[in-house]
Amino acid sequence: MANATPRVPSLFLKALKKSPWVFHVGTSGCNNCDIEIADCLTPRYDIERFGMKLAGSPRHADVMLITGPVSRACREPLQQAWLEMPRPRAAVMVGACACSMGAYKDAYSVTGPPDKVLLEVDPDARFVYVPGCPPKPETIIMGIVKLLGAL
Amino acid sequence: MGEITTWVFFFLIFPGMLFAVFVGLAMSWVDRKVTALVQWRKGPPVTQPLWDVLKLLGKEVIVPAQAWAGGFLAFPFVAFSAVAVAGTFVWMAATGFGPPPMGDLIVVLYLLTVPTLAVILGGAASGNPLGAVGASRDMKLLLAYELPFVIALLVAVFQERVVDGETIRAGTLSLSGLVEFQDLAGSILLRPSGFLAFLVALFCAHAKLGFVPFDLAEAECEIGEGALLEYSGAALALFKLTQAVLLATMPVLLVTVFWGGMDPGVGGVLAFVGKIVLILVLFVLIKNTNPRVRIDQAMRFFWGPVTIVALLALLLAQLGL
Repeated sequence: MANATPRVPSLFLKALKKSPWVFHVGTSGCNNCDIEIADCLTPRYDIERFGMKLAGSPRHADVMLITGPVSRACREPLQQAWLEMPRPRAAVMVGACACSMGAYKDAYSVTGPPDKVLLEVDPDARFVYVPGCPPKPETIIMGIVKLLGAL
Repeated sequence: MGEITTWVFFFLIFPGMLFAVFVGLAMSWVDRKVTALVQWRKGPPVTQPLWDVLKLLGKEVIVPAQAWAGGFLAFPFVAFSAVAVAGTFVWMAATGFGPPPMGDLIVVLYLLTVPTLAVILGGAASGNPLGAVGASRDMKLLLAYELPFVIALLVAVFQERVVDGETIRAGTLSLSGLVEFQDLAGSILLRPSGFLAFLVALFCAHAKLGFVPFDLAEAECEIGEGALLEYSGAALALFKLTQAVLLATMPVLLVTVFWGGMDPGVGGVLAFVGKIVLILVLFVLIKNTNPRVRIDQAMRFFWGPVTIVALLALLLAQLGL
């Protein structure tokens, strides 16, 4: 992500770490990871404490959460949504399927894990992987925190 | 020359743009914090809205391929400058700071309409179908709440009181004139007509701020923030700042017109802040306990019961109540 903008002013970097807005894309997984992502918003975890917010449009987002393997139908919409995000941008692969295809490996209907699909259109794309089936909300939050630490 | 410098100070620093931006960001933090408390969450830190805006200012601004680039980038500036000027007039009248402001109720009403128009035009210029849906809903909502809002403000203008055997009338469209009238005759809010008009104006201000249940123009989970859908980076930050300044202006406008503005002295300032926070928390509680309405329900609500109550208040004001 550091190479997306050559010189990032430090105040902006600090603001970016304080307010990562998240756009959530489900690329035809089993929906379990999506439910765990929704759990992060509940009073028990309350990610708004860290300034994280679900954005309604990729134009407003800084981080894309991707769940599930990429099916044939989802391939182009995913690439398009990624290109619509303003730089600097990064993605978090949530769950075993998004990290490494999981149970969908070699299935006829899928075209590859999301990171490979995104690298086709944007070689500069940067990712964080959160394994688990599904990952716990704590793990998802830790993944995003690690991503912010790596900026 | 000196006079121009003073007005530049009023418009840009206090009580204009800079002051209103910080007050608005603080108030949007109150909004988010109270929302979090209502939902048994901890909520964001007090600096959160400021970080959000700083981050958006630093992000890339993307102009969609199908958009009219000039308009798309110009309308955020139009919205922000109009609401900053309106905020200046309202705050100067409310606090009695500086000379009596030039703007009266009509100017403020029109300036407060401009941000909505800019959002509508910006959404239309973005060339996005959902943006067009949001713009069309915003337009209908504007038509719906503007009529009862104007009637409710007229109720304040038509107030008359008997003080020491002498009848005095408000009879002025100037905001500071209304504050002076209330210094003599007591808050308009405390009379039956004034109270009804205040309630009507509260609902209209709620819709103007785009809060749930009247957030159908930007309905995040349905049309993805509507007209703001295609905005990113600094352009989006300007719209967020516009909303913040609007949030810093509407409660103060209600306090100025119906609740006597600010009295001098420390106690007066504290009472003024208390009134504003009370109205703000009322907004947030309404927002958190009601589901979103459809556009036809919103229009029926504003042109039906709300307008009838506003007309009733106008009648009561004519009868001297």
